[in-house]
Amino acid sequence: MRADPADYDLVAPRTLRDVLLLLAGEPGAWLPIAGGTDLMVLYASGKLPQRKLVSLWNLPELRGIQATDKDIRIGAACSYTELRGNEIIPTEFPLLASAARWTGSIANQNRGTLGGNIVNASPAADSLPALLVYEADLILVSTEGERRVPYVDFHTGYKKTLLKPHELIREIRLPRRFEEYFSYARKVGARNAQAISKVCLAAIGRWKNGAAHDVRMAMGSVAPVPLRLRNAERAVNGAIDAVSIAAAREAAIAEIQPIDDIRSTAAYRTGVAGNLVAEFLQALRAYGGAR
Amino acid sequence: MSAHARGEVSFTVNANERTVRAYPMERLLDVLREQCDLTGVKEGCGEGECGACAVLLDGALVNSCLVPVLQAEGARIMTIEGLSTGSRLHALQRTFLECGAAQCGICTPGMILAAFHLLNTKPRPSREEIQEGLAGNLCRCTGYAQICEAIADAVKQEVPR
Repeated sequence: MRADPADYDLVAPRTLRDVLLLLAGEPGAWLPIAGGTDLMVLYASGKLPQRKLVSLWNLPELRGIQATDKDIRIGAACSYTELRGNEIIPTEFPLLASAARWTGSIANQNRGTLGGNIVNASPAADSLPALLVYEADLILVSTEGERRVPYVDFHTGYKKTLLKPHELIREIRLPRRFEEYFSYARKVGARNAQAISKVCLAAIGRWKNGAAHDVRMAMGSVAPVPLRLRNAERAVNGAIDAVSIAAAREAAIAEIQPIDDIRSTAAYRTGVAGNLVAEFLQALRAYGGAR
Repeated sequence: MSAHARGEVSFTVNANERTVRAYPMERLLDVLREQCDLTGVKEGCGEGECGACAVLLDGALVNSCLVPVLQAEGARIMTIEGLSTGSRLHALQRTFLECGAAQCGICTPGMILAAFHLLNTKPRPSREEIQEGLAGNLCRCTGYAQICEAIADAVKQEVPR
């Protein structure tokens, strides 16, 4: 059943403060909407339960990307196009730039936002494994002030997050210390454009003195939340050889919890997840060997 | 249940200032077609996958099926109807005709606007960049080859070497 627009309200306050006051006044009553690339699909098909929406699009306080010496601060309502066009992100955070390039089409990248991708909390979201690998922090804001939470703690279960009903994500912060890292991103889907991932991997590692250090891997679409592969990481820090690659593959397969759904099967995802881990580690070893 | 009232939303579309009365969550797609009579904006999938409803919103290519009309308040909108200058077709419209890049025509307005947006951001796109620029626009007739050819031809005609 198609939605009747007469059943829905949407307001667009001009300042972040006015949005926060609205959210605090009736906690849980107002659903924030930014670029609408997820919510408008639900809405149009009549599956959006909330009837009152508040627009975050064009709020200046949620836009813009600022860099300091230590970190880069991405306004939650920055679009994928802004991420791609930024001068620092493609060079220092290539996993995030590739994820932005792989998300939807140009039209969807012009509207979809990083904050929206986080709050929508799909385990298949392409940008979220990158945020896990870079150990992002989120700045959450409400009328009570701000709090900073490590992104790794944000997703508490399938589509469940730490965000309180009167809170918004204001900013995503990434520490600027990965320039020297080798990075590797792979998305496996039905096609390159538009498709939602069956499995996606974001991974980095540092090569120093003939060995791998600080290897980090995170995957999408293999668990109820975007998943950092801690056990697979532990299997390889130091030497990368056939033994440690096999150990990492086994560890990854043991720590993911893939399911059968419309896009793929648990069995296929398990096979691909193991292959992507092995492929990344072989690429890291080749990178190290070439240095 | 009809708890909410229509309100006024003003925007500029194809250089004309318009004020419409609409529910704030009405899709920009429906307002453009039904109130502004701009039926070159097509509805395909209605979920942001096919690009048939693409328009330029403040210069950015967007799928108008995913834009609540309230978010277009104060915006500059361009639809396919705004691309030609009087009866003089834009280079992309000419090359689409010449190359047979339109068959049934449903995808064509969105396809041309996606190409227009591409050439605005990358005046001399590579073949790969043309394909990426159009990846959000589905065509079930042409097989895309003629469309890519039309865009490459428009680049040759319009951009001085």
